[in-house]
Amino acid sequence: MKRMAKLFLTATLAAAAWPAAAQGELVLYCSVQEEWCRPMVAAFEKATGIKVLMTRKSSGEFYAQIKAEAANPKGDIWWGGTGDPHLQAAEEGLTDPYVSPRLDELQDWAVRQARAAQFRTVGIYAGALGYSFNTKELASRKLPEPKCWADLAKPIYKDDVQVANPNSSGTSYTMLATLVQLMGEPKAFDFLKAMHKNVNQYTKSGAAPARAAATGESLIGITFQHDAVTQAVSGAPVKIVSPCEGTGYEIGSMSIIKGAKNLANARKWYDWALSPEAQAIAAGVKSFQVPSNKKAPVPEQAPKLSQIKLIDYDFAKYGSSAERTRLLKKWDDEVSKLPK
Amino acid sequence: MTGSTAAALGLHRAGAAPHAALAAACAAALLGLLGGGFVAGTAASAFGPWHYAALLGLTLLFARSVARCGAFVGDVTVSAIVVTIAGLLLLFVFYPVGRSLVAALHDKEGNVALSLAAERLLSSDIWGLGCFGGGTTCGVAINSVVLATIVGLGTTLLGLVLALAAQRGGQRFSALYRLMAVLPIVTPPFVIALALVVLFGRTGVVTTTLNEWFDIPRTRWIYGLTGVTLAQLLTFTPIAFMILSGALAAVSPSLEEAAQTLRASRARVFRTVTWPLLRPALANSFLLAFVESLADFGNPVVLAGNYEVLSTKIFFAVAGAQHEPGRAAALATVLLAFTLLAFWLQQRWLGRASYVTVSGKGDAGVPAPLPTGLRRFCVGFAMAWIVFTLACYAVILVGGFVKDVGRGDMTPVVTHFAEGFGLAWQDGRPTFTGSAWDSFFTTIEVAAIAAPLTAIVGLLSAYVITRQQFVGRRAFEFLTLVAFAIPGTVIGVAYIVAFNVPPLELTGGLAILILCFVFRNMPVGVRAGIAALAQIDKSLDEASSTLRASTWRTLTKVVLPLLKPAIVATLIFSFTHAMTAVSAVIFLATAKYNLATVYIIGRVEAGEYPLAIAYSTVLIVFMLAVLLLVQAATGSVKLGRRSQAELITGH
Repeated sequence: MKRMAKLFLTATLAAAAWPAAAQGELVLYCSVQEEWCRPMVAAFEKATGIKVLMTRKSSGEFYAQIKAEAANPKGDIWWGGTGDPHLQAAEEGLTDPYVSPRLDELQDWAVRQARAAQFRTVGIYAGALGYSFNTKELASRKLPEPKCWADLAKPIYKDDVQVANPNSSGTSYTMLATLVQLMGEPKAFDFLKAMHKNVNQYTKSGAAPARAAATGESLIGITFQHDAVTQAVSGAPVKIVSPCEGTGYEIGSMSIIKGAKNLANARKWYDWALSPEAQAIAAGVKSFQVPSNKKAPVPEQAPKLSQIKLIDYDFAKYGSSAERTRLLKKWDDEVSKLPK
Repeated sequence: MTGSTAAALGLHRAGAAPHAALAAACAAALLGLLGGGFVAGTAASAFGPWHYAALLGLTLLFARSVARCGAFVGDVTVSAIVVTIAGLLLLFVFYPVGRSLVAALHDKEGNVALSLAAERLLSSDIWGLGCFGGGTTCGVAINSVVLATIVGLGTTLLGLVLALAAQRGGQRFSALYRLMAVLPIVTPPFVIALALVVLFGRTGVVTTTLNEWFDIPRTRWIYGLTGVTLAQLLTFTPIAFMILSGALAAVSPSLEEAAQTLRASRARVFRTVTWPLLRPALANSFLLAFVESLADFGNPVVLAGNYEVLSTKIFFAVAGAQHEPGRAAALATVLLAFTLLAFWLQQRWLGRASYVTVSGKGDAGVPAPLPTGLRRFCVGFAMAWIVFTLACYAVILVGGFVKDVGRGDMTPVVTHFAEGFGLAWQDGRPTFTGSAWDSFFTTIEVAAIAAPLTAIVGLLSAYVITRQQFVGRRAFEFLTLVAFAIPGTVIGVAYIVAFNVPPLELTGGLAILILCFVFRNMPVGVRAGIAALAQIDKSLDEASSTLRASTWRTLTKVVLPLLKPAIVATLIFSFTHAMTAVSAVIFLATAKYNLATVYIIGRVEAGEYPLAIAYSTVLIVFMLAVLLLVQAATGSVKLGRRSQAELITGH
């Protein structure tokens, strides 16, 4: 009994404080494809000598993770991925404001988005929304080429359109917000209801319809145009369409996580990632977005933003959580439940 | 159990008072240590090794004192097992999951909003019955239950047919059956679904051939309920096969022989003896398939099309464009309720009948052959199913070595493997240059550490549940099984929220991945153990106890050797499940500790199927090799019965 009581005392006393280890590197949350993340990390490590610990997940997954980790952040910088989750994080104060000295070098749309988010995020690339169709399928079925948004609601393309579910994919939410801004809300929902009859599947992932159009699983796939370009350069028989009415775009973004343990290094990455050299890496890994630095070379295959009728996308309004929740609920109630 | 109740229990025993005091002191210290840590949160530093040692010491001391007070029939070993495992479960399952499920009660600003919670739980998105005639779609909960019921019944039936063919249908194709049983278990998520798309998609190999030869129009039937059902049948039938085949092997032939001696026909023996003895295994198999189908994420993500199910809906409520943890928590609560209901129904169906067939008495018989018609049907059907399964795997194998199997570009290349698993000779030694090596090695490390821990925790729990009588036994059983019912996404997010801050700051490390796997896969160990122990007569333990062996000695010398098949099955299951789990770990993987499935899901998201398939091929080959090694090391277990050959030669 005495022995046990002694053991008890020892065990209780042993529970002394344990010091936490300090770190001196950069933890990068990367939300573009692995192929692009890796050369970025290698180039940054070479340029600065800072050791980068990189994890790749989609922007939605990282948003959820950063929010869950907020009490004790584990990441330093979150680079890439569509702008909405970045704006959402900015709105909730999960990210830190930072005005980079390179802000003057950026395209107008990138600066506007940064201002809207009180400099808690910044644009690193842009990609216009559009769709692609499988030329082989189209020819074999002797169908006319679709050119506009309105074409996608025509009965001749019944069961031939694929698009992601806006509840799960930022790409598709961008389409929803684009159509609302382009046509006005009532007309946009009329169009979506008409197109619903032609949609063969609302996929989970935003880029999946580009792949479906490339393989012929679906005739038409609505995605960001650069996703379709990636399929085209690897040899798929697809043609990319910028809808004649005009279209919206995403701004791939970058944010410094609030409470970053390596804040100085995070800012170094931030400035470096906005440089023309860093942004030139994308084209080498088959990513054909338009870079945000005016001096960065625009890849030849990239959809030319100057030739696309772009709408004046209101990132502040449609990136806000209230408006998104309202539109998604409306889409759920009025479109997704309709019979085919 | 708190110190005070322990004290109350122990009062009737002489000399129990100091033990009760010690128990109370231990409980208080444990609560103080953990509670103080959680209250301090980020203000204090994280627990170090000494803290954990202290926690363990205090827990064991508490268990000892409680036993000395008279709880657990005074058995210190049983008390230590129950108290330690229950403590771990409370800390690593109930605390994090409870914390995240409470989110269902909060609105976006974090205020408690009960009306919102009710609205979330009762919404027509979840419970709508529109598909039964309303012209709209059904709610996700209805969809999930329909799918899980079909898959549960289907896999059990298929598993039974395969098991009958393998165990009682002659020895001709035994290697094939074993391969069949093993293949889908070592298969990473997405792979079966991707193979089905390549075969039966609108531009799939089979679809195109049918279209060209017979003018059958191309359709999209594979996307939706049919496709997911098919994929899940392929994925989960082997589990049913393993369970039923094990149960068939354990059915005592002497019972069947007795029936035959009493002049029962083959059909009557099967119907009145074999079949009733299979009931626990059938129930287990249905339950596992039902629950696995509910929790499955990889197949619906690729194939469900517009057929929404709970698991994917939860994932996208967390990580999709909606960002609604409250909704995810409500959906997770529904999923949890279904799984618990399944467990409850299973308990009801099994009742309290005895299924003991392995006893201390000699049991030397030969299993009764099947009725001829049934045997032919089983073998024929089993062959067809095996051919179908193998076709799916052929697609995967080929897919890794050609340019793009999805687009029909069959130019042979090795670039997919070179990119992921490249090796180079640098500075006079081989260097792993492929981008997949890091995640590959981490995955193996995590799985190899988690598997034995899972087996130990699971089987010890099964032993005390089936063999010991103590207050709160049913509650303990419930505790051990409930982790299986929790959707992976919920576990993943719950673990980050709970273990990202001191005192238990575990995120970003190896430990959190291992803990996640151990407590997620442990219910399988418990079930395997319970099923195995239910067939082993308790008189064997009692004989050991009568001969004055301690509980520990009985456990290691009598029970463990008889449990070898269950141990091997649990080890294999937890190892392969740790290597192939996806939705739970997607939030836990980090740069230092990345996992294979997280790498693969990135590829699938990017539409890069070839590299995903190539990586999957490597994982399959590796896990197969491990399985063969395990089988070679453990050998197959013989239950002291004469073999066919011995019978013929008259031994």
